[in-house]
Amino acid sequence: MPIERIDVHPTHKYESFKLRCGKPYPFGATLVPGGVNFSIYSSLATSCTLVLFQKHAKEPMAEIPLPEEFRIGNVYCMVVFDLDYENIEYGYRMDGPNDFQQGHWFDKTKILLDPYAKLIGGRDIWGVTPDWKDVYHHRAKIANEDFDWENDKALEIAPEDQIIYEMHVRSFTRSPSSGVREKFRGTFAGIREKIPYLKELGVNSIELMPIYEFDEFENSRPNPETGEVLLNYWGYSTVGFFAPKAGFASTGKLGMQGDELKALVKELHKNGIEIILDVVFNHTAEGNENGPYISYRGIDNKTYYMLTPEGYYFNFSGTGNTLNCNNPVVRGMVLDCLRYWASEYHIDGFRFDLAAILGRDPLGYPLSNPPLLESLAFDPVLARCKLIAEAWDAGGLYQVGSFPAYGRWAEWNGKYRDTLRKFLKGDTTVGDLAQRLQGSPDLYAPSGRVPATSINFISCHDGFTLMDIVSYNYKHNEANGENNNDGGNDNDSWNCGWEGPTDNPDINALRHRQIKNALAMLMVSQGVPMILSGDEIGRTKNGNNNTYCHDNHLNWLDWTLLEKNADLFKFFKDCIAFRKAHPVLRNPDHFQNRDYVGSGYPDISWHGTKAWYADWSNNQTIAFLLCGKHAKQGLVEDNYIYVAMNMHWETQWFEIPGLPSQKQWKIFANTGANSPEDSWEPGTEPLLENQNGLLLRDRSVVILVG
Amino acid sequence: MGIVQEVKTEQGVKIAVLKGDVDTKSASSVTEEILPLIEPDSKTILDMVGVEYMSSAGLRMLLSVYRQSEAQNAKLVLLGLSEDIADTMSVTGFLDFFVTTDSLDEAMKLLA
Repeated sequence: MPIERIDVHPTHKYESFKLRCGKPYPFGATLVPGGVNFSIYSSLATSCTLVLFQKHAKEPMAEIPLPEEFRIGNVYCMVVFDLDYENIEYGYRMDGPNDFQQGHWFDKTKILLDPYAKLIGGRDIWGVTPDWKDVYHHRAKIANEDFDWENDKALEIAPEDQIIYEMHVRSFTRSPSSGVREKFRGTFAGIREKIPYLKELGVNSIELMPIYEFDEFENSRPNPETGEVLLNYWGYSTVGFFAPKAGFASTGKLGMQGDELKALVKELHKNGIEIILDVVFNHTAEGNENGPYISYRGIDNKTYYMLTPEGYYFNFSGTGNTLNCNNPVVRGMVLDCLRYWASEYHIDGFRFDLAAILGRDPLGYPLSNPPLLESLAFDPVLARCKLIAEAWDAGGLYQVGSFPAYGRWAEWNGKYRDTLRKFLKGDTTVGDLAQRLQGSPDLYAPSGRVPATSINFISCHDGFTLMDIVSYNYKHNEANGENNNDGGNDNDSWNCGWEGPTDNPDINALRHRQIKNALAMLMVSQGVPMILSGDEIGRTKNGNNNTYCHDNHLNWLDWTLLEKNADLFKFFKDCIAFRKAHPVLRNPDHFQNRDYVGSGYPDISWHGTKAWYADWSNNQTIAFLLCGKHAKQGLVEDNYIYVAMNMHWETQWFEIPGLPSQKQWKIFANTGANSPEDSWEPGTEPLLENQNGLLLRDRSVVILVG
Repeated sequence: MGIVQEVKTEQGVKIAVLKGDVDTKSASSVTEEILPLIEPDSKTILDMVGVEYMSSAGLRMLLSVYRQSEAQNAKLVLLGLSEDIADTMSVTGFLDFFVTTDSLDEAMKLLA
């Protein structure tokens, strides 16, 4: 018979509440026998009160001051017994110094959100206008952490084998054209319904734009042209780092967003798909000096934010404040947070927004050995998670190629994006292109970093979609209400002869061909390819390259495009299948540019319109040959693959290098041919008629397999 | 009033008809009225047609009853879940753990 623990009994009483001193770890609210353990850190609070609400109530039902004997060091911890934890929301009031220049903002009239809240109420259903007079907008709730994962675990796909699909939860299925039932549109459940689509496309990893609880009503304002409300749609502004957004769950109104997300992860894993979260540790939703009190500001402003000596908020994020990531306590919070998502939600990896900030010290100076990045790289729980950095910030710290990696971090390779876009218009040297196609050894090999360090992409949520890159020369962001001043100007795009939509069949055909050229090159590059959700069906945002505030068709995926642009979907599907079928495209190490297995061919060789002779002085024609015997550094035997690229405005004859005897070239893809003959399902490729050479039409890419 | 409106027995199968909301308020009902129906090797149908709302805690209590019945080698079937509740259970991963059906005949067959 189990012996009852003594600490299921209270030792203190306050009004009708039975209490006991709690345990400091873990931080946040944790279910313990008989009650709930509340724990919160503050280095300078002089008092702390737990505020309890009945769910959705306007006023608190109780305020329980934590006695001094419930404070261990700088951590207040208390167990409250017999709480109906499903129907309670909780917050804190903290008192302490209020001195702008010293960086102290304590205000006991504010009710503060627990930074470790695992569930947050207040925006339970997306887009429902909040009660602006609410004394406590974002309300912490208590989570069950009892999901039955059965045998699920993180998939641990080898980094070089990833094929990433970047998507926004709401955008993916919000449109009625998605065919998803209305109650599931724009939610985690909606993504789950579309898993068969993702499997057919062939991607094995989805990267979700921020799903931490955020406030879609932050900075909400009317669109000057249409009057509709512009929202914080993308969500790069965190309210709670440990809570999934209720408004992204069909069961958000029941408070079951945690279960819904976990069920999605479990189903994705069953179908061989990993899940990566876009995490935003560079700033919070509290903004600058004029921003609201949500959480950190009233709990420990000086610890959590980078402040100038005069007490103002440093703004390396461009959004108002900067999280003080290399402060040991904040570092602990970031680690706790990621470990929580990895262990509780079985998340496979994380992409860090504006990651250069994570390498700055409390006064903003770049560190050569940032403690946070080092801790993340060596953390035991995160050891097999993908870590991907957007290796720049809004303060000018551009670190693509130099991000402190510790052998673990991958980077969004902005140079890949720039080079490929320029090549599509014939604006860059083939030498630069060659580096990108090889996994950017110029950036990564000298410091011993592998090709999988390079996340190769041509489009992502920031900037034009792939269709818009080939349809617009200029951005058109008027709908954002900032006079088209927002969004980058360096789009490296080319509209193929007309700005925007056109009926001209030649221009539209060229646009489709350019999209296929881009995707073909992406899928045969060493490194890790990432595509933007919707590019496979020709998604357009009408030339808007910064749709952060639109809860409408500019962001919602239009699924009717699947039929309209079926040729694009087929091409994407075939190229992704091709990449998965050929390990020689996914090497763990860099090329050595020589024959080290005795096949008679170097692992990679470069060619031009003439075989075995690459003309490095031109910007339009180049080809490469991969020796199949060198696949995965010679450990695996694969086919030979030849890729020819002609970005010239005229047809060019390419002489093809010969294969070892008995082997013959087959044609996998030719973007110059009309669909459905522009690509073939791997294994069904037809024989190339003339084994010595072929004609590439203007602006086309050919991939042969032998 | 408890959550169980009536209990009848048919061909060796106990049928408990539930009515009302299944949430923390009806928690004691679940333990006092439903659990006693579960015995080693017993067969039980929970008729859920009269249940309009189940909270997160409600789903968990139901799953707990289910697990306890499994532990005793007893069988349990949920009959007549509303579309809303079935959807909630489906997207949160709970549905897979239960045997469910819309027809009494089917339920009796599943327990045979």
